[in-house]
Amino acid sequence: MKVIVPVKRVIDFNVKVRVKADGSGVDLANVKMSMNPFDEIAVEEAVRLKEKGKATEVVAVSIGPQQAAETIRTALALGADRGIHVKADGEVEPLAVAKILKGICEAEEPGLVIMGKQAIDDDSNQTGQMLAALLAWPQGTFAHKVEIGDGQAQIEREIDGGLQTVEIKLPAVITTDLRLNEPRYASLPNIMKAKKKNIDQKTPADYGIDITPRLKVLKVTEPAKRQAGAKLKTMAELVGKLREAGAL
Amino acid sequence: MASLVIAEHDNSKLGEATAKTVTAAMQVSAPVHVLVAGSDCAGVANAAAKLAGVEKVLIADAPPYTRMLAEPMEALIVSLAPAYDAILAPATTNGKNYLPRVAAKLDVPQISEITKVVSPDTFERPIYAGNAIATVQAADGKKIITVRTTAFAAAAADGNAPIEKIDATADSGASRFVGEELSRSERPELTAAKIIVSGGRGMQSGENFKLLENLADKLHAAVGASRAAVDAGFVPNDYQVGQTGKVVAPQLYIAFGISGAIQHLAGMKDSKIIVAINKDEDAPIFQIADYALVADLFQAIPEMEAELTKLGY
Ligand SMILES: Cc1cc2nc3c(=O)[nH]c(=O)nc-3n(C[C@H](O)[C@H](O)[C@H](O)COP(=O)(O)OP(=O)(O)OC[C@H]3O[C@@H](n4cnc5c(N)ncnc54)[C@H](O)[C@@H]3O)c2cc1C
Ligand SMILES: Nc1ncnc2c1ncn2[C@@H]1O[C@H](COP(=O)(O)O)[C@@H](O)[C@H]1O
Repeated sequence: MKVIVPVKRVIDFNVKVRVKADGSGVDLANVKMSMNPFDEIAVEEAVRLKEKGKATEVVAVSIGPQQAAETIRTALALGADRGIHVKADGEVEPLAVAKILKGICEAEEPGLVIMGKQAIDDDSNQTGQMLAALLAWPQGTFAHKVEIGDGQAQIEREIDGGLQTVEIKLPAVITTDLRLNEPRYASLPNIMKAKKKNIDQKTPADYGIDITPRLKVLKVTEPAKRQAGAKLKTMAELVGKLREAGAL
Repeated sequence: MASLVIAEHDNSKLGEATAKTVTAAMQVSAPVHVLVAGSDCAGVANAAAKLAGVEKVLIADAPPYTRMLAEPMEALIVSLAPAYDAILAPATTNGKNYLPRVAAKLDVPQISEITKVVSPDTFERPIYAGNAIATVQAADGKKIITVRTTAFAAAAADGNAPIEKIDATADSGASRFVGEELSRSERPELTAAKIIVSGGRGMQSGENFKLLENLADKLHAAVGASRAAVDAGFVPNDYQVGQTGKVVAPQLYIAFGISGAIQHLAGMKDSKIIVAINKDEDAPIFQIADYALVADLFQAIPEMEAELTKLGY
């Protein structure tokens, strides 16, 4: 079974995001970029499936600018076998990403797509579900545990009330949640090996997809700031303040 | 045309998230219809019919909808879509699961977790863990929207809309519910609680969270947690507050032993009053707290209980 893992290049989760003064977006110049954390979990899960003999090949895919190739390289260093880089500059919306991924799935015929539940830049949480719908495949989102069986998978999912288990027929799309696994670090020898692995270069046009944004971003602004309040000395003082404020 | 709101429920109770989503829908495109998809869910439809502003409730009462699995929900909602120019669901794990499928099938983008309706085609939504707010405008075509319910008031419950039965659509059977493990509790739900006491890595163990639970019971509060506390196995996953967990906005949020990473703040910084108790005076959470106490939480929790007892709690 072939597994496809879409990986997005995003601003590193530790970076303090700054909104540009002209309201056109956030400042990405000279900030550290990394693989979306949920996608690291997806790569790890796919590589573990390969190590367990459940997967035969892991293909990492990224849609993005020239530098997205580095993100694919990271996935290759973590154990993916080869990459597909669909070069696209500027914002590519989840729906367009899903359409390109659909084209890739039609060409590659994977048994499974494992991806992140959410990109930490746009916070959309929709691409995996969209891909599943476009392919008319079932989905196991927010996965906490994945058990691959014969032609089906059992997915334990993180839901608002706790955990839910569903059984889905393969092929399917799985999206990862935080507790699915703990991603490994790439070792130096594996980073070296990854340099020799193949990355195919593609464009959205190769899949017949128009990536023109469908939503217009009118402006990007800073949220209302909260001010630091009072530092109190004792619990009695704190409870007294809360009482005064009507919170208790 | 109208909007369609997809109800959040557990087949017996209508979630408060629905009443809030109705408020958002009224601002996007009135009148509002509510779809209750579930099984043996007549009581839920009755509750939805009372929401002010709702013109009609559609009920699809059939086994495939019992757990609101994404695949049958997609088929049902897509079949109803032609009659609506906006379809909204609360940004719960259910709404996030099925609604993007509907958007993809209709070939329109989804606008995730809106916090404000600027005009019927323009919305505000937080991005980058709430560090920026994007104002986005949808082109013509249907609007598919999930709603961050903490940003909208609940519609009143003084209406009386008719309820109409609709047929189930065919289910592919590609997805099957196997079981669930819910963290049951007598305490209020995190997203609906007026007071939340929340613990982080500083709690050190699941055992120690009992201290917080006792405090919560005194305050009729819900218990929340940081990702670090969940990852360490102190509490179940559904306690997690933050960018990738639950977004809450209670009257009072009390954080014990939480440092205040942006991913945590993203889920609670719209709380009315924030209290932080941390032994590190430089903890970032103090920068957004209304009241800060530099203290060891293992001393602070019993002290707070004692003070509350004095007040008759
Ligand atoms: C993709 C991604 C998504 C994430 N999503 C979320 C999310 O949704 N929610 C979330 O919370 N985090 C999330 N995180 C994690 C986040 O970055 C932080 O790691 C996490 O919030 C830290 O939790 P914490 O504050 O409990 O732990 P720490 O940062 O370790 O802080 C513990 C605090 O406890 C204090 N302390 C220790 N002992 C005591 C004591 N005895 N008395 C008083 N104070 C004490 C310490 O001074 C410290 O400030 C996410 C991270 C990533 C990468
Ligand atoms: N440009 C992209 N390239 C590769 N994968 C992507 C891209 N955008 C989104 N994804 C995948 O879709 C997931 C969810 O993203 P989103 O729906 O934008 O929150 C991410 O975790 C990735 O796995």
